[in-house]
Amino acid sequence: MATKLEELGGVGVRLHRREDDRFVRGKGQYLDDIKLPGMLHMEILRSPYAHARIRSVDTSRAKALPGVVAVLTGQDLAAHNLAWMPTLSGDTQAVLATDKVRFQGQEVAAVVAESPYVAKDAVQLIEVDYEPLPVVVDPRKALEPGAPLVRDDKPGQTTNHIYHWEAGDREATERAFREADRVVTLETHYPRCHPAPLECCGCIADVNPATGKATVYMTTQAPHAVRTVFALVTGYPEHQIRIVSPDIGGGFGNKVPVYPGYVVATAASLLLGRPVKWVEDRTGNLTSTGYARDFHMKGELALKGDRIVGLRVRVLGDHGAFYADAQPTKFKIGLFHIVSGSYDIPAAFCEADGAYTNKAPGGVAYRCSFRVTEASFLIERLVQTAAYELGVDPAEFRRRNFIRKDQFPYRSAFGWVYDSGDYHRALDLALEKLGYARWRREQEEARRQGRLLGIGIASFTEIVGAGPSHTFDILGLKMFDSAELRVHPTGKAVLKLGTRTQGQGHETTYAQIVATELGVPARDVEVQEGDTDHTPYGLGTYASRSTPTSGAAAAVVARRLREKAKKIAAHLLEVSEDDLEWEPGRFYVRGSPDRFKTIQDIALAAYTNFPQGLEPGLEDVCYYDPPNLTFPFGTYAVVVEVDRGTGQWRPLQVVAVDDCGVRINPMIVEGQIMGGLCEGYGIAAMQLITFDEQGNCIGSNFLDYLLPTAWETPRFELYETVTPSPHHPLGAKGVGESATVGSPAAYVNAVIDALAHAGVRNIDMPLTPDRVRAALEQVGLAE
Amino acid sequence: MEHRITVTVNGVAYTAEVEPRLLLVHFLRETLNLTGTHIGCDTTSCGACTVLLDGLPIKSCTLLAVQADGHSVTTVEGLARDGHLHPIQQGFKEEHGLQCGFCTPGMMLVAKALLEENPDPTEEQIRWAISGNLCRCTGYQNIVKAIQWAARRLREPAPAGR
Repeated sequence: MATKLEELGGVGVRLHRREDDRFVRGKGQYLDDIKLPGMLHMEILRSPYAHARIRSVDTSRAKALPGVVAVLTGQDLAAHNLAWMPTLSGDTQAVLATDKVRFQGQEVAAVVAESPYVAKDAVQLIEVDYEPLPVVVDPRKALEPGAPLVRDDKPGQTTNHIYHWEAGDREATERAFREADRVVTLETHYPRCHPAPLECCGCIADVNPATGKATVYMTTQAPHAVRTVFALVTGYPEHQIRIVSPDIGGGFGNKVPVYPGYVVATAASLLLGRPVKWVEDRTGNLTSTGYARDFHMKGELALKGDRIVGLRVRVLGDHGAFYADAQPTKFKIGLFHIVSGSYDIPAAFCEADGAYTNKAPGGVAYRCSFRVTEASFLIERLVQTAAYELGVDPAEFRRRNFIRKDQFPYRSAFGWVYDSGDYHRALDLALEKLGYARWRREQEEARRQGRLLGIGIASFTEIVGAGPSHTFDILGLKMFDSAELRVHPTGKAVLKLGTRTQGQGHETTYAQIVATELGVPARDVEVQEGDTDHTPYGLGTYASRSTPTSGAAAAVVARRLREKAKKIAAHLLEVSEDDLEWEPGRFYVRGSPDRFKTIQDIALAAYTNFPQGLEPGLEDVCYYDPPNLTFPFGTYAVVVEVDRGTGQWRPLQVVAVDDCGVRINPMIVEGQIMGGLCEGYGIAAMQLITFDEQGNCIGSNFLDYLLPTAWETPRFELYETVTPSPHHPLGAKGVGESATVGSPAAYVNAVIDALAHAGVRNIDMPLTPDRVRAALEQVGLAE
Repeated sequence: MEHRITVTVNGVAYTAEVEPRLLLVHFLRETLNLTGTHIGCDTTSCGACTVLLDGLPIKSCTLLAVQADGHSVTTVEGLARDGHLHPIQQGFKEEHGLQCGFCTPGMMLVAKALLEENPDPTEEQIRWAISGNLCRCTGYQNIVKAIQWAARRLREPAPAGR
């Protein structure tokens, strides 16, 4: 017999997704599906040069083309003080270039026309006279004296250096290294890649000339924050701005920033009094919107015996032409200082410098909580390197250095307080399911036969759910989130939140939380997000923060309604509140379970028969400021075979053990993990945005920027442990990014493991066949 | 100069005057308002725009509308019949074969063509069939399971009375 929670579709139930009904029918409403009466179409002219002075822009031929309504240049925007805009990291970014272009693909001008085809035609007719300038695409060269200056627009900016930033205890760490009996070093580059959601970015700006109301439909993961930013940047009154984030075709961090196209389209609508649609093409998406990673990292472990006693890290961040990382204000490289990972390291220090280059800006958290991905990759690669140097099995070396279960809550050397964990259990389960000992024997046997097998492990710890307001804000906006719940007289509920799903299944999982806490069946809870006029304020969906923040808010607001429902139930049953017992869906009189009122009875009474002195209605809102972050963790274990001839490698087995605390909908959790394991594979194997010396972007379309297909993507075996978060109302931790964060190191560790006996310690990602082949040749393993 | 074309889409014949350069995907999305067919790239790489042309999957961003003149097109809107989901649509829902939903129409149409040609494909055959379609969310495993679910359902004898 189904339990009550199964009937309700509560927490823990593999409920089918409600959003699927429209998506499988092709009836989703993505940005480009929206058409407004009188709508115009905008196309952006992008720079072919990575670095060039703009001598002149001639728009006369474009303007003369029939069907063209307007052509906008940087000078036009400058007249409205909109040629530049602030970034999410306190820098400035050109909306349309006025002085010079600083990366290939930069926005130079925009055409607004009656049809998208005409807009594309007209863009070709704009004549820009460029004076090419020397280009710098390597951040190390960018910091050398005499390097081309990227940001000559900034007063006082005489070099390409952006910031120096430190975390941890330098002195204690230096001492640990002095006293160490061995130091292990790894230098590696986490390459620039791009989230590349299948839907590109776009917007429809609709400024009503009669009312002044500016409605902007936008592919954004953070509609409320965007509205505030729009208001601050333009001075437009915030209550006159409405941001609507429709169905989103994947975000992965790419849809967090405010892009020039949004600003130009809004300005165009304001000037023309008509709706203006802008949808970028894939090349625009890959060359100009938020890239991710691009960190040059050096990590060192100080070892005493087989124990890690110190960690020292140096990072050089390549931020492109504008420092536009999407990250909390307080930190220059996000949460990178989670870099001590799953290990009990007494002393740690990290320092970072950032550089401008002639590359696209971005630095978005690609399925990642603000640089935890780079950090996790580095420490998991480092511990494997250390294990080789010590001659200890990499799994055993991890075991000896893990934070132990009895150490939680654990304060890391960088000051993070990890909420809960059991790293040994996750590792042991992964090794058992993989058949680790058997694979080690097969690896030996294969080597004797001249074949190369490798086993890679990553025991990651994530840091998600930003965040406690005392530490986290974006442009001053504290990173809480919200839920507003109303139960209508017939017992049907509407739940509105400050987050925005992009495929994560919020419409289903949030309803499951209400079902659990208030007993309204999940199918009777309508979940709404994304419209700033109709949802409570929140910071949006990224950094795995929806479950830790809005999910918590949903639980808390449902509990508040339950408290009120109790008063109404007591009134209806003519007993004291103290005499009532709750079970999901009803209050009953203690000792007389047949005397009860269902939540539906109570909802009706809240509007028709409420006690004197109690406010009518059954509705509340919760703004949830989490007391701490959550720390999901797990172990991924991968076996690969490397082809000694071609340098190709393929995963033979991928085992993932994830602990994200309590799982609200296990089916959706597993979907998130498999998606992340695939993206992690793509990042490890093929996804690369790179540039030639002239700054031409290699990876500007899907022929050059490779993404994994079903054919090469490995099969995944998923397992779980459950270590609830002690501070989250449901014990949940968030899971959307664990696998993207953790898995690249597992794949790379496996390939390195196949070559390690010959002395190979590093190959920079992506591990393309040519790079692996080069490593094989270097150690004489190539065939 | 506009061309007069007639394309049968989901069983209905549509006649329209179109520019010769109009892409089929824009004809479907803009002229016919069938927005279930999506656009994800400009290079025939991602498969979001996949539809069936006379039963075979094609990427509608790389075909001109005039090339579809006189042909029959099936889009995602043509999968459900009489309000009932096609088994492939059901399978995607049952097996959590979609997340953001953007690739889903193309994936389902490829699956339809596959299962009509091969009612009992192996996992490998399914993976090969959908390898021209990118999904950024699911990691493909549940898409494979969704197609297997549909294949099983389609092989079952029709229930009595229908």
